[in-house]
Amino acid sequence: MSLALIAALPFLGALTPALTQRFGRGIATATVALFSAAALLLILQHVPAIMAGQTITTQINWLPTLGLNANFRLDGLALLFALLILGIGLLIQIYARFYLDTSEPYARFLTYLMLFQGAMLGIVLSDNILLLLVFWEMTSLSSFLLIGFWSHLPKARQGARMALATTGAGGLAMIAGLLMLGHVAGGYDLSTILGERAAIQASPLYVPALLLILLGAFTKSAQFPFHYWLPHAMAAPTPVSAYLHSATMVKAGLFLLARLWPVLAGTPEWFWIVTSAGLITMSFAAGVALFKDDLKAILAYSTVSHLGLITFLLGLGTKAAATAAVFHILCHATFKAALFMLAGIVDHATHTRDIRALGGLRRAMPISFALASIATLSMAGIPPLNGFLSKEMMLEEAAHTAPWVIPVLATFAALLSVAYALRFLVYTFLGQAPAYAHAPHDPGAGLWLPPAILAALVVAIGLAPMAMAGWLVDAAASATTGEAVHAHIALWHGLQPPALWMSLAAVGGALVVLGLYPALRAAWDGAHKPDAKAMFDAGMGWLTKTATALTQGLHNGSLSRGFAVGLCSFLALGLYAYLSAPTLPGTRALTQISFAPVVAFGLLMTAALAATALHRKRLLALLLTGIVGLILSASFAYLSAPDLALTQITVEVVTIALMLLALNFLPKTTPRKTAGFRKLRDGGLAVAVGTGVAALAYTLMTREAMFPPISAFHLAQSLPGAGGHNAVNTIIVDFRGYDTYGEIIVLGIAALLIFALTESLLGTRWAVQPDHAAGDEGDAHPVMLQTATRLILPMAMLVGVYLFLRGHNEPGGGFVAGLVFAIGLVLQYIASGQDWAAARRRIPYHAMIGAGVLVASATGIGSFLAGRPFLTSNFTHGHLPPLKDFELATAALFDLGVFLCVLGAVMLALDALARLAKPQEGR
Amino acid sequence: MSQLLILPVILPAALAGFIILFARNALAVQRAISGFGTLALLALAITLIQAPTQSYFLGNWPAPFGIALTLDGLSALMLLLTASLALIVLIHSIATGWDAQGRHFHALFLFQLMGLNGAFLTADAFNLFVFFEVLLIASYGLMVHGGGQARIRAGVQYVAFNLLGSTLFLFALATIYSTMGTLNMADLAQKLPLVGADDTGLIRVAAVLLMLVFAIKAALVPLQFWLPGTYANAPGPVAALFAVMTKVGAYALIRFGTLVFPGDLPALGGLLAGLLYPAALATIAVGAIGTLAAGALPRQIAFAAIGSMGTLLLAVSAFTPEAVSATLYYLIHSTLATAALFLIADLARTRRDGLTAALYMAAAIAMAGMPPLSGFVGKLLVLDALRSDPLAWTFILLASLLTMIGLARQGSDLFWKAPNTEAPAQSKAGVLLCLAALVALTLAAGPITGWLGQTAAALDAPEAYIAANRLGVAE
Repeated sequence: MSLALIAALPFLGALTPALTQRFGRGIATATVALFSAAALLLILQHVPAIMAGQTITTQINWLPTLGLNANFRLDGLALLFALLILGIGLLIQIYARFYLDTSEPYARFLTYLMLFQGAMLGIVLSDNILLLLVFWEMTSLSSFLLIGFWSHLPKARQGARMALATTGAGGLAMIAGLLMLGHVAGGYDLSTILGERAAIQASPLYVPALLLILLGAFTKSAQFPFHYWLPHAMAAPTPVSAYLHSATMVKAGLFLLARLWPVLAGTPEWFWIVTSAGLITMSFAAGVALFKDDLKAILAYSTVSHLGLITFLLGLGTKAAATAAVFHILCHATFKAALFMLAGIVDHATHTRDIRALGGLRRAMPISFALASIATLSMAGIPPLNGFLSKEMMLEEAAHTAPWVIPVLATFAALLSVAYALRFLVYTFLGQAPAYAHAPHDPGAGLWLPPAILAALVVAIGLAPMAMAGWLVDAAASATTGEAVHAHIALWHGLQPPALWMSLAAVGGALVVLGLYPALRAAWDGAHKPDAKAMFDAGMGWLTKTATALTQGLHNGSLSRGFAVGLCSFLALGLYAYLSAPTLPGTRALTQISFAPVVAFGLLMTAALAATALHRKRLLALLLTGIVGLILSASFAYLSAPDLALTQITVEVVTIALMLLALNFLPKTTPRKTAGFRKLRDGGLAVAVGTGVAALAYTLMTREAMFPPISAFHLAQSLPGAGGHNAVNTIIVDFRGYDTYGEIIVLGIAALLIFALTESLLGTRWAVQPDHAAGDEGDAHPVMLQTATRLILPMAMLVGVYLFLRGHNEPGGGFVAGLVFAIGLVLQYIASGQDWAAARRRIPYHAMIGAGVLVASATGIGSFLAGRPFLTSNFTHGHLPPLKDFELATAALFDLGVFLCVLGAVMLALDALARLAKPQEGR
Repeated sequence: MSQLLILPVILPAALAGFIILFARNALAVQRAISGFGTLALLALAITLIQAPTQSYFLGNWPAPFGIALTLDGLSALMLLLTASLALIVLIHSIATGWDAQGRHFHALFLFQLMGLNGAFLTADAFNLFVFFEVLLIASYGLMVHGGGQARIRAGVQYVAFNLLGSTLFLFALATIYSTMGTLNMADLAQKLPLVGADDTGLIRVAAVLLMLVFAIKAALVPLQFWLPGTYANAPGPVAALFAVMTKVGAYALIRFGTLVFPGDLPALGGLLAGLLYPAALATIAVGAIGTLAAGALPRQIAFAAIGSMGTLLLAVSAFTPEAVSATLYYLIHSTLATAALFLIADLARTRRDGLTAALYMAAAIAMAGMPPLSGFVGKLLVLDALRSDPLAWTFILLASLLTMIGLARQGSDLFWKAPNTEAPAQSKAGVLLCLAALVALTLAAGPITGWLGQTAAALDAPEAYIAANRLGVAE
């Protein structure tokens, strides 16, 4: 069956616990085990082909343009790992079923475990290295979930985050490294890459790629100085520690080193970096393990040490060393997973993992003792167990490597591992039993059977290495090195090999060390040791604190800062763009200026300056703004833009009225907010930006466009094409009617928004009327004003209708008409108050906006009937005596929509504000 | 000429008008109309994405004299993305009752969609301004939906800063029109290469000012100040919808950067890419550092969104077809991932159960660019497109790390340390739909990137876009 399906099986299994948990933990476990077992069987079915030296591959295109494809391969190395992942996985499932308490969310645990299994299996089966990356990071994520499984415990949460941050960072480095590698090799499939050794090692990208990939591998496999996360991952439930953090996931880094060994190994860079990392890790962690008292902590450091051992072997770059590495991967997985499970058993039986509180368990727990003895002695490298064989091979390789420090350190590490292993066994099972709260006893078969199976393997491989594991080691080592390997693993090589003497020295040394243990321990406890967790926490803390300080310092919520930075950017970049290229001078002559505009513009500037100076007195500032608006309207009229002038002046009136209303419930003066330097800065910036805008406008207005502007077309086509004499109006309702369509909607939305906003404010403290000074208000609704405004209303409406009707040919149109209507109505509000006006309102303002949008839309859609695009106008000239000939244009209907929308929007905004300004009693 | 092109604009507008006129007090009717409108827009977008590049001439006036809409792959993609996101957001808003927390949610929502669609379809620079206004004012309305002091205060910042952008937009347009005499983008694309080498200063000013306008929308550093407060204080579903608002800026940058101001335009000489690149790097940094720092989840997502815009714009700044194609994939991804996170943050305000935690984890994985979701694929595509740029790689990968650490800590604090299953469960339908879209984006990455590759190639050589505008037919 396709490898892709094998890789998918654990993920499918991960979906089942949610469904099967209601049938009990047994059924749920059996179901996921079924998926793992099926995957295992399907893998086994390929064994003969792999033994024959074949590589099984499957290809599924996923993202071919990038080179990320679901391509899988199964060769000897992948086979070894797949067997470990699935085989130990099955044992772990059984163990976990009996290990976890019934109160735990077991289904969730199984799901996480299967997610991990799928991700890990994916790593080893990937042919595509980008796909490998996908699975790689997924193992980090599932490990995060599993370490944090007991999420109520702070150390579980912290351990989970530490592991994720470390392995995740390595994974990100690896992304870069593998992308480089694939780039150099010309493809992301191992089948391509593994054949490109020469090209890869000759490339200038070799060293950066190597470093980045090693960063990924070392963080994952807990190599010094990235080892610190693994002991803290022990916060996970013990089945997880046994499975992820000793037997499989932490070996992913080693797997990658082995996988890429043919193309990366053999250079001095590889040798020195990988060997030293391995050697340092191996000896340093073994030393730490000697001084730990928690069973799982001892095992964790021992795991780090053994991972270092394998790294060391892979770093040597020889075929024999690679073979030894592969063999030790297998051996370590068997004895270490068994030991973790046994540590869990002891923990369950005695409720402690502190070996100082343990002892004498050999009588109470004979089965556990027997199994632990086998596994521990294998860890110590005592014959005839499998750990002995692989350690001999390691020492043999070390002995042949210069400089001398390498064999010495390797022997030293071996010595320490004998010492901590013996200490582990002796302190737990031998000696006097302390008084246990509950009499410890061996667990049921569900818990001891899985480690027993592993222990049996430990013995079997030790006794008959070639029969039990030779084939697998040969296949894996051949796949690793890319050459045919025929290993000769035997218990006894005679008296010549140095490894034998190094081993003996290690055992002897270990006994001496244990003899001196109290003194060593005192020295160790007294020594100042860097605490990796404290350092990591401090580093993280510093990072977070700095990030917080930077972010809050930058984003302090100040609007004026955002404006200042924005305006500076506009100004600086605009100037840079202008000054970094030539510009021709303008060709237009300047207009002669006469007396009246000089006065008007002088007034304009005075009013603007005064508004700036007096802005804290809000009413005054508003009036001054009104003056600016009036002069602006007048200047439009003066510059022959009557439409603009008309619109501007009506807009001014309405705006001032609305602002006055808004001022009604605001404080009368703005509190002083800026002072000193800030004021100078803001003022300087304002002047600079104003000057910039003026300079831009001057430059633009004194030159001709480089190409004939499209306005010529509008002027020429206004009457014949759009049926109106007033080109401004035809532009608004026809040539660019679609813009107008958008803009009236903006107006409508603005009104709806003001309405919604005031609705949400009603009844909150924001809506409370500010105090007016006594005697300040006078008569709220003077009769004179009321009478006058009643008269003005029909007149305003008449003017509005007139402006509307003539708009197509003369200044006017729906927009202005709507505003004029609104002014008439606004005056009623001012004169008689909101209650009076609202009581006489027949048409809801909302409806006007809605109707306006609908009328404008419908007018536009009407042209669909003629097969024309949206807003295509049509016009004809009507004849109705005794009137003059008049024109009927669909544009007028559109203008009606504009009119309704504008009127509705202004009135809705006014009404909403007025409601808010009303006294709020009773709400 | 197909009338379908205009429908994404006028359909939501007319439906919103209908709601205001006839159904402004009937929430059930509003929901039905909104739902119908969104589904119709989705159907339209699916139809239009299969259509060839074409233009629509409003009022039957020929370009460049009237306003033209032009649909190409990029526009159609944005329409589809908007409609899909809108459906997700609408489902969430209705299911959680957000739409009932203030007035006019549905009308504003439809107007917002109208504004977005109009901006994506128009081929006229001034008309783009108009639709920027529509979407700005509608989004302001949605942002302050439901009221509350913090929200209204943040809303003022949002609208004020964006109005500053609108003003700048007008200056830029005035500069363009005064120098080039036209506003049609295809027309500009044809005429700009003809500008004499001795008179390019104002063209450069116009280009830079326009890019600044779009940079405000895209929250490019140093114009990002408006975003964190806005996104963090907006109602959950509105923040999710806003995930596409920054993309309007990105869209406009891509459109103008490929069509109107391409890198090989002599007048500019790589000016825009040169400005965009450092700003994008800074944006990545500000976003990632903010994600690591942020306190509350919504604010953190806002920074993560800034960071993802940085990555996106970094890819844009390369302006190669490969980079644009990667950008577009990343754009879809980042929109959906940001939206998913905001919707989850909305759920997590009250109830933090196992399922919400799982959804958070999935969305956070996507946002941080971890496998197996589309963030990882998008990140690989961007890295691949920028392969000769170690600096860009460093920024992107480090940002990924900081984002991952920040989101992991947040998740650990929210869901592990302080789980809460007391509050009643809310509908997760919108979130699930959003995550399903992310999964689909991941699984179908092959065909999608294939299509995006073609779209990017068409952007790189915009002859079809220009031809569709039929310039000079009337001359």
